[in-house]
Amino acid sequence: MPVLKNIKAIGHRSVDAVWRLGYATRFFLMTLVYSGASFRRFSLTVREMFFTGVMSLIIILVAGTFVGMVLGLQGYETLKRYGSESALGSLVALSLVRELGPVLAALLFASRAGSAMTAEIGLMKATEQIDAMEIMAVNPIARVVAPRFWAGVISMPLLAALFSALGVFGGYVVGVVLIGVDEGSFWSQMQAAVDFQHDIMNGVLKSVVFGVAVTAISLFEGYDAPPTAEGVSGATTRTVVESSLAILILDFILTAFMFRGS
Amino acid sequence: MPKVLIAAGCDLLGGGLEWRPGKSRYFKYVSSQALVELRDVNFAYDSRPVLKGINMTFPKGRLIAIMGLSGCGKTTILRHISGVLKPTRGQVKIDGQIIHELDREGLYAMRRKMGMLFQFGALFTDMTVYDNVAFQMREHTDLPENIIHDLVMMKLHAVGLFGTQDLMPTELSGGMARRVALARTIALDPMLILYDEPFAGLDPISLTVVGQLIRRLNNALGATSIIVTHDVQESLKIVDYVYFVSDGAIIAEGTAEDIKASGEAFVRQFVHGEMDGPIPFHYPDGDYRQDLNVRV
Repeated sequence: MPVLKNIKAIGHRSVDAVWRLGYATRFFLMTLVYSGASFRRFSLTVREMFFTGVMSLIIILVAGTFVGMVLGLQGYETLKRYGSESALGSLVALSLVRELGPVLAALLFASRAGSAMTAEIGLMKATEQIDAMEIMAVNPIARVVAPRFWAGVISMPLLAALFSALGVFGGYVVGVVLIGVDEGSFWSQMQAAVDFQHDIMNGVLKSVVFGVAVTAISLFEGYDAPPTAEGVSGATTRTVVESSLAILILDFILTAFMFRGS
Repeated sequence: MPKVLIAAGCDLLGGGLEWRPGKSRYFKYVSSQALVELRDVNFAYDSRPVLKGINMTFPKGRLIAIMGLSGCGKTTILRHISGVLKPTRGQVKIDGQIIHELDREGLYAMRRKMGMLFQFGALFTDMTVYDNVAFQMREHTDLPENIIHDLVMMKLHAVGLFGTQDLMPTELSGGMARRVALARTIALDPMLILYDEPFAGLDPISLTVVGQLIRRLNNALGATSIIVTHDVQESLKIVDYVYFVSDGAIIAEGTAEDIKASGEAFVRQFVHGEMDGPIPFHYPDGDYRQDLNVRV
């Protein structure tokens, strides 16, 4: 009976999905529980920050600059229609610190550092390095996963901040240097419009949440990857897809709570 | 030879051997001197049985091989001894403790006394040879870095690889990687060393070197070593005792000489690599001729 077979298949998939969600939650909680060593031996976390944060700098800085330049160009064209070119600085800054900085930096972080983390841990598993650690009485969650998790969580807001800063610089170059918007208006409007608590800190909070989501997904996918070439490549793809979706969904939820009515 | 004399001789060897009148050529190790004991160990993946009533004894200071075809359950036995798997029935005892009844802390405390050499070394690819060998010392001891340095150099010298400490695992040949992994395995002088297919994929020279190293290190450390392998010729040169496993059960056991002289058809076919024997070449699945619509 093909209908019965299909119902069975759906049932199996649903059970698998629930089981995997439970496993992922347990994995995340275990990571938090075994995080002590990441702070006691902070050098482990710093080392991972180099690989996840510092190595992502180029793509973040270049992307931030060009996103800011495009914002400057598009923003100027729109504001000119209403005779409000002087508000360009506030438009560029608010767009970046509230939305584009955290969201785009997180998407780039997921593609660059998240996929690398998944592939690295997946390959460690495939080559029995994780098993070797277990047999040596070294907890791989504490030694491998937790330092990477905290490195990602710490790096993400710093990268988002740099993305926004370079974006503002890109907007300045296009708006003030190339188009000729008044420099004083550009900076003073920005200073007046951007509120540290409401805009910048909420943007930082968003990037921390994205950092937690992206890093947790990347590490879980790597740890759960089947120990084959196909398994690791599939896990890497899932990391990018799931992280991107998580970032966009979380962004909507956080924006609804943070900026509703402002 | 009188039974008493044999038993006394065996005690002198430290293995606690016992004369088995039923098996005139075989010695059976008794459990009083055992470091590792498996008693009636059964294990199944879902409903598929993998181990069926395994009884094994590994006395202190001995080098013992578990042999058999690929997929016969050898590595599963090793995974039970290392506490990775729990038997569905039976008991795995190490140094008097039932390993599958230990909590995580207890299991880790037990594993600190063990070392395991994985099939392809499982070296940490993001660390140098030095850091690989120093890994356990840094994780489990508070030794100062200068003492760790001296210990690492001693271990590398023991496996003949002094001078490779700054290389990355990707810069090593298969045989060298296996020897570095061996140095890492013995880093904390374990009482029990497990070897999972230590000879797989090695050239003849590396194979002999690794085999001799395993024997010499076992003697030097006074450790108990268990080798899971299907490399008959090399392992029979170095081991004290062999268990033959087929389809999840022990089908033969004895010293290297006993195994070489065994009349058991399976053992003979395996040891001499014969085509004909009880081990079939074809996967047992239907009639090939029927599939091709050939009428005989």
